[in-house]
Amino acid sequence: MSTDFAIEAEGLRKSYKDVRALDGVDLQVPAGTVLGLLGPNGAGKTTAVRILTTLLPPDGGSARVAGLDVASQAPQLRTKIGLAGQYAAVDENLTGAENLEMVGRLYHLPKGEPRARAAELLERFDLSDAADRLVRTYSGGMRRRLDLAAALVARPPVLFLDEPTTGLDPRSRIALWETIEGRVADGTTVLLTTQYLDEADRLADRISVIDRGHVIAEGSSDELKDQLGGERLDVTLEDVADAEAAIAALEPIAAERPTMVDGVLRMPIHQRKGTIGAAVLRLNEAEIGIDDVAMRRPSLDEVFLTLTGHTAAEEEGEEER
Amino acid sequence: MSGFRYALSDTLVLAKRSLLRIPRAPDLLLSFTVQPIMFVLLFAYVFGGAIETPGYSYIDFLMPGIIVQTMSFGGFITALGLSEDLKKGLIDRFRSLPMSRGAVLAGRTLADVATNSISITVMLVVGVIAGFSFDAPLLHIVGGLLLLLLFGYAFSWVFAFVGLTSSSPEAAQSLGFILIFPLTFVSSAFVPVESMPGALQAFAEVNPFTIVVDAMRSLFLGAPAGNNVWGAVAWSLGIAAVFAFLSVRRYKRAVVR
Repeated sequence: MSTDFAIEAEGLRKSYKDVRALDGVDLQVPAGTVLGLLGPNGAGKTTAVRILTTLLPPDGGSARVAGLDVASQAPQLRTKIGLAGQYAAVDENLTGAENLEMVGRLYHLPKGEPRARAAELLERFDLSDAADRLVRTYSGGMRRRLDLAAALVARPPVLFLDEPTTGLDPRSRIALWETIEGRVADGTTVLLTTQYLDEADRLADRISVIDRGHVIAEGSSDELKDQLGGERLDVTLEDVADAEAAIAALEPIAAERPTMVDGVLRMPIHQRKGTIGAAVLRLNEAEIGIDDVAMRRPSLDEVFLTLTGHTAAEEEGEEER
Repeated sequence: MSGFRYALSDTLVLAKRSLLRIPRAPDLLLSFTVQPIMFVLLFAYVFGGAIETPGYSYIDFLMPGIIVQTMSFGGFITALGLSEDLKKGLIDRFRSLPMSRGAVLAGRTLADVATNSISITVMLVVGVIAGFSFDAPLLHIVGGLLLLLLFGYAFSWVFAFVGLTSSSPEAAQSLGFILIFPLTFVSSAFVPVESMPGALQAFAEVNPFTIVVDAMRSLFLGAPAGNNVWGAVAWSLGIAAVFAFLSVRRYKRAVVR
């Protein structure tokens, strides 16, 4: 295997009783980049993270993290990774500082280092004022920040973040995103699972869409969107009865014949420039009333819907595997 | 550092963590201070007058038994703590760290030894006020105290296993209670075994609780020991070894709930 990849998995398989959580998953994450593992609940995201962090042995396939095999080199591998999960895995009855110091000691950092590192991370995560307060007095956002700080104690070159912003308010989410971006700028490799498409869109260099234990698409956010075709013009008519006339009026400037989707006329276009003006002009000439005209690009949501046949939110509440 | 020294330092880090919790969540403190006091007083004064204990006053008879019972329950703090750690994802975090595989369990069970020491002290003080007195050489008394801590330590490993296998902290606590409570009652802890009906008596005589309680009576009160002291040590070491093995094996596979 090449050593250019910080995370590399081949044919990972894992079943729980009669459920196939992973059914031959391949992943490759170049060092210093972010892979977004995107999928609905129950798709196998958490199982993949648990295998790559040595918490769970795979039934089949192989994986290397930081060049070390998850099965045969687990103890060395654990010195190279940080994990922040769906839960804020911090001790409620310790202070923020005590939590980070404990993790530093358990990574066997040199004497004195755990305390210094704890202070440094509390500062960076804007928790200095709360450093000596018991974590049970922390808000949800503060706990998540502390949890992420704990994952960074040993400056691991590879970071696994399993739905790091689930349940956070928008402000805390954005703050956490900025922190993650900061780590990546420093050269950390990140594998991030999420069911939020905007999160993957913003943070991930590459996205692997996973559904029912399979990787069903892989690429950058733009590449995935391009798979669904390019830009289009959405026109809302005053009167839906004019649809046929509108389609006839617009067809000459469309890339493909326009269609009606959910009461909106959808027109694939050749180019952005001048298209809105031309479309409005043609509809005016045909005396067709317009409510709204908008240039649109497929959202990652639509990509996801097209790929999986269901939306990301649809399966929410199902048990995560 | 060698692997052994890492394991030791990891264990101490986690034992400290368990102990820090106690002054911070004082509800636990009640269970290993006030509750044992309550038991001593209730048994001594409610049952004491009704139970015949030839050769001893009831308080002298009772104290070794009730301390052994309290030791066997001291480990519930381990069960509770592990169950909470599993639920909150902390076990996952620990398992992803390059730390010793047994340290989370060893740290918790070690912390129980400290809380058990507090329980013993509190109970002996109350016992002495209620009329208990030692009747044995100092060396035997010290040996008896060590045996109590060893026995309590063994049961901490039983509770470690219970904590890792039960579905919630509440379930862990009641499972431990259901398993251990009858064992302590069908033993020589609170009444002379001879007073029980035949089948119970047969069970009580081979019950490790009887062996440990009888060993304590010999070490604290000078009762004839027979092989009970070594039997008690052997039982304690055996229980600790079996449940430490089962618990560590379980820990390595622990799955988040």
